[in-house]
Amino acid sequence: MEYKNVLTTCPYCGTGCNLHLQVLDGKLVGVLPAKGHVIADGGLCIKGWNAYAFVQDKDRLHTPLIRKNGSLVEASWDEALALVAERLGQVKAAHGADSIGILASAKCTNEENYILQKFARAVIGTNNVDHCARL
Amino acid sequence: MSDRLNDLRQAVERLLPEVDGVVALKQGPGGIVAPHLFQREQPADLAALALWPKYPVPDTLKIIQKAHPGSTLAVVCRGCEERGIVEMAKHAQIDLAKVRMVGLQCVADEATFCRCAKPFTAHATVTVGDKIEGVPDALTDAFLTKSQEEKLAFWKEQFTRCIKCYGCRNICPQCFCNVCALEDETWVETGRLPMPMPPMYHLVRAMHMTAKCVACRECEETCPAGIPMAIQFRLIAHDVQQMFGYETGAVIDQKPPQLLVLEEGDYAKTGLPH
Repeated sequence: MEYKNVLTTCPYCGTGCNLHLQVLDGKLVGVLPAKGHVIADGGLCIKGWNAYAFVQDKDRLHTPLIRKNGSLVEASWDEALALVAERLGQVKAAHGADSIGILASAKCTNEENYILQKFARAVIGTNNVDHCARL
Repeated sequence: MSDRLNDLRQAVERLLPEVDGVVALKQGPGGIVAPHLFQREQPADLAALALWPKYPVPDTLKIIQKAHPGSTLAVVCRGCEERGIVEMAKHAQIDLAKVRMVGLQCVADEATFCRCAKPFTAHATVTVGDKIEGVPDALTDAFLTKSQEEKLAFWKEQFTRCIKCYGCRNICPQCFCNVCALEDETWVETGRLPMPMPPMYHLVRAMHMTAKCVACRECEETCPAGIPMAIQFRLIAHDVQQMFGYETGAVIDQKPPQLLVLEEGDYAKTGLPH
């Protein structure tokens, strides 16, 4: 028998509200707000309150999927990344770097987003960078 | 004046060998507090035992007990939380026979924060801290003399700020229905803010809290919009007390009004229209 609360940052937007993930016998069973935390002080929005629901969802993907002959097939990360690199290279060669756009995410850290825009500008060669908070 | 934290630590330490676990608050990273299951296998956890801020521990107790129905658990509970546990037991959410309650008496600052009329436990066999008297709830008392128009204007302004986070429902230990009416499009239209008048979300919730709310004020505390919704529940509790002589969570073997079969003449005593 084990019950504990794990303090973490809500994964849904860039605000950074903290919340507790309730862990019962190794499984997530719910969320509790973090009273006294500097960002939201015990409050959460509806996304934060449901931030545990997707983690153990049966529909959650565990591997990348590659569309082969019209249907999605499970693939390894190496295989998926190699395909993305190959296709991005083909698109750039055929239509130019500005035919490619990069969408970053408010759910990522600053550092991860920095790497992504660096990838867009230095590797792909485009300034087409936007983020999910404007979608 | 007693050292509540030290006394509580000793009380929990004494209980640990006798039960499968003790539900109480624990300080975590950055000093942030959360409910925790203390167990004899991890005595070092007791160093981080905490008193405040309070959390809805009756719900934590329910979650653990439902997964481990054979276990004997203890819980550190304040007056409101004890009433919550008693009320949940009446609605078959908690098996009281397998629960040992450690009563933590609130201090004046805590009672003032909660506008609490009963900041003390009544059934816990072990208690920590000195019992103090309740404090008046000026916010709720002001409603007793407000006109219908004034009340409507007040709630209209308050509910306009609601962002429908469902936090008040989620945090409430007394909200345990498997199917929640508040998720039905008939009552709460998805995606519409501010919610239209009448605000069905809040009215349905207020009705469902009848004879269930134990005034723990967790809903008000977690509300990002700062809506003082406990006022409604306390006014309803006042009516329930007058109509049915029922005080939520106070007496273990008194049936709540929802479970009562009214005898001939009982309905007339409530003063409700026929």
